[in-house]
Amino acid sequence: MTTVTPPTPGATTEPRRVKYSTKNVDVFYGAKQALFDVSLDIHEYEVTALIGPSGCGKSTYLRSLNRMNDTIDICRVTGSIELDGIDVYSDEIDVVHLRARVGMVFQKPNPFPKTIFENVAYGPRIHGIATSKSEIDAIVEDSLTKAGLWKEVKDRLDEAGTGLSGGQQQRLCIARAIAVQPEVILMDEPCSALDPIATARIEELIDELRNNFSIVIVTHSMQQAARVSQRTAFFHLGDLVEVGETGKIFTTPDDQKTQDYITGRFG
Amino acid sequence: MSNTESNHIRLVNAIYEPIRGNTTLLEAWGFYLFNQEFELEIELSEDVIDPSGTRDPATLARANYRKVVFDALLAEFPDVKSRGDKRKLRSMLSRGASFQVQKLVVDDPGLIGQRINVVVPVSSDFDLYEKGVINKDVADADRRVSDQQMIWHDTLKERGRITTSFNTTFFTSADSREPELAGIWGAVSGSFFTMIVTLLLSFPIGVAAAVYLEEFAPKNRITQIIEVNINNLAAVPSIVYGLLGLAVFINFFGLPRSVPLVGGMVLALMTLPTIIIASRAALKAVPPSIREAALGLGASRMQVVSHHVLPLAMPGILTGTIIGMAQALGETAPLLMIGMVAFIVDIPGGITDPATVLPVQVYLWADSPERAFVARTSAAIMVLLAFLIVMNALAVLLRKKFERRW
Repeated sequence: MTTVTPPTPGATTEPRRVKYSTKNVDVFYGAKQALFDVSLDIHEYEVTALIGPSGCGKSTYLRSLNRMNDTIDICRVTGSIELDGIDVYSDEIDVVHLRARVGMVFQKPNPFPKTIFENVAYGPRIHGIATSKSEIDAIVEDSLTKAGLWKEVKDRLDEAGTGLSGGQQQRLCIARAIAVQPEVILMDEPCSALDPIATARIEELIDELRNNFSIVIVTHSMQQAARVSQRTAFFHLGDLVEVGETGKIFTTPDDQKTQDYITGRFG
Repeated sequence: MSNTESNHIRLVNAIYEPIRGNTTLLEAWGFYLFNQEFELEIELSEDVIDPSGTRDPATLARANYRKVVFDALLAEFPDVKSRGDKRKLRSMLSRGASFQVQKLVVDDPGLIGQRINVVVPVSSDFDLYEKGVINKDVADADRRVSDQQMIWHDTLKERGRITTSFNTTFFTSADSREPELAGIWGAVSGSFFTMIVTLLLSFPIGVAAAVYLEEFAPKNRITQIIEVNINNLAAVPSIVYGLLGLAVFINFFGLPRSVPLVGGMVLALMTLPTIIIASRAALKAVPPSIREAALGLGASRMQVVSHHVLPLAMPGILTGTIIGMAQALGETAPLLMIGMVAFIVDIPGGITDPATVLPVQVYLWADSPERAFVARTSAAIMVLLAFLIVMNALAVLLRKKFERRW
């Protein structure tokens, strides 16, 4: 694991180092522009929530952070997206290495149709993080523990990951993402397919993970954004309308549109 | 049998003949699977086989075994004297009889001078007589088996010289002009070698093409044209592939005719569209979320395909391949064009030996004038159908076993 300076939990007021710096980002799908001139900083060891109505470009923005948009042929990204000061779209960055540093959890739980153990061990194996059986065992246990799943599955690691419940599957996906020891975790509506109890478990988990990772979460639930995030960015029709401390956004937003959205007047 | 009656009507009649009426299924099978054989005590006289006594292999191979075998049969009927009667009596023996004795003697010259008991095939006409296929209403002179020959046959049977046994020859030998000596094994081997070549070519190329088109190729005009062409190729009449093989593989590249190598290559071309289309469908059925999950973990596109997508698509790909192979196994037309329709009496030992395949063997036998080939044709069709049913059952089982829901 890369050396991580222990964060001071809960100290949201003091300024944190900028992990991701994005400036003037435009994203196009063919001729259609999906994001307009978005400039946003993601801070280290913080949860940044991206909120906004459907189709506003939150997911598009999230996916341009780890270049998942590359898989869409017609997608084009301009502007600068820097991770620790290096443009992720430059030649210096190997996309495989980038995605190892920036893990991703998807809207729908998508474990591989393999055993629970194999799901978690896959990432470390392909990146050569662990080679011996004991190292991999240790990483699997550690990742599942961090994802709060170890106690539930330790006796059935050989069973299929797809046989778990929805909430367990999503935590397995989180364990799978953190097994690669990323620096940032991107979450694309991770709770939208889950019931309230499973959602609560994941939210607790996100709060714990904040100590070790920088987290960006796209969510439709404003309550969830308010509960788990330290900073919130509000997107509307491809524009970044407003970004700031979560407490401020939800109480005294600067922009009228933000005010209307969080009070449920549209969206 | 009148000459005006077409081969096809004859074929259909003969196939149903044993099944019609009150015969049981077992008796019907007996029609195809059993034949008559002589048990003869043959004197391997040194005067006939090796008069000079040198035991030279060339002499032993050339000796007059027809006489040796016929003498044994003649001994059963001492009163047959005239040339005509002798010829009629001789025609009861299969030509295979003398070959069989020749092989015994060449393998073990020590047998010369001894009396040995051998079991030799009965000529196919008499086999048909025994099975009741010879129509006694036809005038004696026009019949394949005359009244006199029937009496000889019945006499031999009473004396226990003619016995009915399982027709192993059919399953162990290659084609022959004599129905009683003809077998399916040459065609089965030919089909086997041809299928090996087809599988080795079409499976890797087909799967690679499908993976490229589905996972890597940019969606542009060129790939679109390729896609349309692959779909069109699946509908091209198979004989056109035969013409292509003849023009390209044989005329241009100078590969030999009638060999499983070329047959397999032609059938591989024919099977490719089937495999590509089935494989692409199987790859498409793998949910995108699996690809995203692997990509999100930092797997390269190659790793995504080889670790996740391909293993998940494999049951579908294999099902498509088996169906393509079954189609190739039953294919006749393209092989006619590249000379695999030849009369081949040797069992092929490799992909460059002249060979024929099962469906072509069926075609060849169905076109043969000897009545007894009708039964061989039916039996060969059954063997072919058995292979096809097994292969299709395998495809269904595979699909059932690995059917997966996401």
